[in-house]
Amino acid sequence: MGVGIEVKNLNAWYGSNHTLQDISLHIPANHATALIGPSGCGKSTFVRCLNRMHETNPIARVTGTVRIGDRDIYEEAKPVEIRRRVGMVFQRPNPFPTMSIYDNVAAGLKLNGYSNRRALDEIVERSLRNSALWDEVKDDLKKKSGASLSGGQQQRLCIARALAVDPEVLLMDEPASALDPVSTSKIEDLIFQLKEQYTIVIVTHNMQQAARVAENTGFFLNGRLVEFEATHKIFTNPSDKRTEDYITGRFG
Amino acid sequence: MISTRFPIRSRLRAVADHAVTGLAVLATLLVVTPLLTIFGYLLYKGASSLNLAFFTKVPAPVGELGGGMANAIVGSAIMLGIASLMGVPIGIGAGVYLAEFGRGTKLAHAVRFTADVLNGVPSIVMGLAIYALIVVPQHHFSGFAGGVALGIMMIPTVCRTTEEMLLMVPHAVREAALGLGVPNWRSVLSITVRTASPGIITGCMLAFARVAGETAPLLFTALGNNYWSTSLNQPISALPLQIYVYALSPYDDWHRLAWAGALVLIVLIVLAVSLVRFVTSRGVLKGTS
Amino acid sequence: MPEIRIPEISAHRPKAATHDRGAAETSLQSDVRRFLLSRGNSAWTDRGFHGLMVLCALSIFGIVGLIVWQLIQRSQLSWHTFGFSFFFHSFMDPVTHTLSFWDPVNSQFSALPFLYGTLVSSFLALAIAVPLAVGVAIFLTEMCPRRLRAPLAFLTELLAAIPSVIYGLWAMFILVPLLRQYVNPRLVDWFGWTGLFNNDNPTGLGFLAAGIILAIMILPIISSLTREVMLAVPQSQREAVLALGATRWEMIRMGVLRNARIGIVGGIILGLGRALGETMAVTMVIGNSPEIHRSLLSNGASMSSVIANEFTEAVSDMHVSALIEIGLALFFVTIIVNAFAQLLVWAVTRGTPAQTR
Repeated sequence: MGVGIEVKNLNAWYGSNHTLQDISLHIPANHATALIGPSGCGKSTFVRCLNRMHETNPIARVTGTVRIGDRDIYEEAKPVEIRRRVGMVFQRPNPFPTMSIYDNVAAGLKLNGYSNRRALDEIVERSLRNSALWDEVKDDLKKKSGASLSGGQQQRLCIARALAVDPEVLLMDEPASALDPVSTSKIEDLIFQLKEQYTIVIVTHNMQQAARVAENTGFFLNGRLVEFEATHKIFTNPSDKRTEDYITGRFG
Repeated sequence: MISTRFPIRSRLRAVADHAVTGLAVLATLLVVTPLLTIFGYLLYKGASSLNLAFFTKVPAPVGELGGGMANAIVGSAIMLGIASLMGVPIGIGAGVYLAEFGRGTKLAHAVRFTADVLNGVPSIVMGLAIYALIVVPQHHFSGFAGGVALGIMMIPTVCRTTEEMLLMVPHAVREAALGLGVPNWRSVLSITVRTASPGIITGCMLAFARVAGETAPLLFTALGNNYWSTSLNQPISALPLQIYVYALSPYDDWHRLAWAGALVLIVLIVLAVSLVRFVTSRGVLKGTS
Repeated sequence: MPEIRIPEISAHRPKAATHDRGAAETSLQSDVRRFLLSRGNSAWTDRGFHGLMVLCALSIFGIVGLIVWQLIQRSQLSWHTFGFSFFFHSFMDPVTHTLSFWDPVNSQFSALPFLYGTLVSSFLALAIAVPLAVGVAIFLTEMCPRRLRAPLAFLTELLAAIPSVIYGLWAMFILVPLLRQYVNPRLVDWFGWTGLFNNDNPTGLGFLAAGIILAIMILPIISSLTREVMLAVPQSQREAVLALGATRWEMIRMGVLRNARIGIVGGIILGLGRALGETMAVTMVIGNSPEIHRSLLSNGASMSSVIANEFTEAVSDMHVSALIEIGLALFFVTIIVNAFAQLLVWAVTRGTPAQTR
């Protein structure tokens, strides 16, 4: 089961660029939360702060607190531990090119030293089923490389890979932006199912997508969180003028 | 039109154009010819001199016909083994540092520059340095010293190709591994290095092929030996060394053996280079984009 | 305003099929979670790994440092005895009363003839190799039919990989007899008046033979680097010149060579660096006598050849020390030449994707 995320006074910098300013919000467990906003508004940086991927860039810096479940991820844990509990799906599908489909899904466990083969088989199958890819790949799990799949399949493979470590939270950074409409709708269906079991945070610049999959939506602008509300509220009756301008297409 | 207003000028330009084309073709032919004759002559001389005894016998005493270079082949293998054990791990380690940890730092620039310096050290100077470092304190020439000299010469090539190949691995692949909570060391070894491994292996083979033919650094480290020796503490022979010694000798039979040795050496190197070519032409990082 | 559909959100949607598979699965899941929680954060392993890689990188400094230190250390004797004049002094041979430079028996050492030999053979090599290499590069980048390009590039690669000793072998048995029988007599006949070609060396060995074999050896380096910098010239430069009605040669001269010239000079200097340090092939054909002659057909010796030739036979400490000092000088000269060349090549190819060499 997923856990909730509590963010307080989060600030982030790239070099001297203050990309996130004083973000505070609560992301409820086992719901999908969408983050929208124009390019460069900080929404990607925000999710990357939730699993401490932001700091992999040497010029990046973060202050503030983020609690996932009962732990402060910046104070009480190492990045490695956080990332095992918080899965991430990236904008462009990034399967490991030299690994088979099976190894791609099992990578998170194998590379962390998990060696129970029988359990691995089961986990791989379940993860692929959960990411709706099983039927398409079950015949050549160990024969085909992850890179030989189509773009949409690759992205679902990446989701399966993230699911295999059984995370509590799943972060998705524009998971469908590099995909065709059919693949996109498959990913959206998937998100719908996955939020039963996981807390999902999805970054998107596609407002319809946010409206389709998320219960709550946050609107970012210039590194600030302008509004964070239930999705239907934000799209029908936004309280901030800028949000209204954005969702009605006046800018961005 | 220019051609009607300046007929002579225009004709001159056309002539110059043809002349340069001709010269470029001529230059290419001039370069290709000696090369082909080198290969042709080597094949001709080497193949007619090569026989089983070459691979199985040690050199015959002066004045006797026959004999082979078995000891030199084994000596080369031993020293190249030592060289690879030393040069490949250090080179790959330094390359991993440059690509994964030191990117953009001053230290990385310094390491890169020093590796280039090391690459440019004349091989004979490397021989002198290893003589001073290992042979003098030990008071005797040894296969070990020869192996170390060759190993050091492998480091810069391995280091720089490793770095180049690792830099070709897309950043997204690294992020994927880190995003799964894989420890950094594991992600570097099992993901990045493994993805780049065809290219890294290529670099190692190039370095190997390069030092396999080195003679100068062995002259006063391994010294050479006309008898069987597999001891690391003794002077030991090597294929290129033996070729050198035999080429300078006054005996026709030894010249014959020198050609045979050269052929064996060149076949090894051509094989390595072709394999490298084959691997790289298929795309070092197949399947990534 | 784009129309936006809002999904009906119910608090408790029917559970997905995955959820019905029962308790076994949940326990496996929590099993995985428990396993991952039990794994440490491997901070120490990470730090150790990082340290190991840094160590590998630092060892390169160590190696170069040791090399320099040892060479300096072991050449002290010669340096203290002769000082800087080691590189230019000469003396009278007490027996023959001729000018002499290198006399291990009487412990008189001067590096002058070897400096001379290295310079003459290297520049001879450049004089032969540069025009050919640039011609080949022009042919390969601008004229060559696509079909020939790959085999020719492969051939150059192969050439660069042939060991020096094999070039030497070929030179001893093919090039030198050829020079002795056909080339040298003609050169003496035709150009003897310049004083550069004298008829006093019947062996065919000497500076010319060394220069030619060196030229063959550095050709691949210069031509492949030249090709690289020529390829780095943007296509738009070529088109711009062609659009002005230039012929192909004018396009190459103004559009390509002018833009690539710094890089080409870099390639030439890199070739020079290789030629300066080249040992085996030179040792086998230069003749190995520590003398200075104006004639290119005379025997000589280079810095590297004298080390290769005499080091194992050197018995006196002074002899060893003098040879190591020559090695040290060779080291510094090649480093400086190489660094300079690298700078020039970087200046040009920077910003273009690295070509496989």
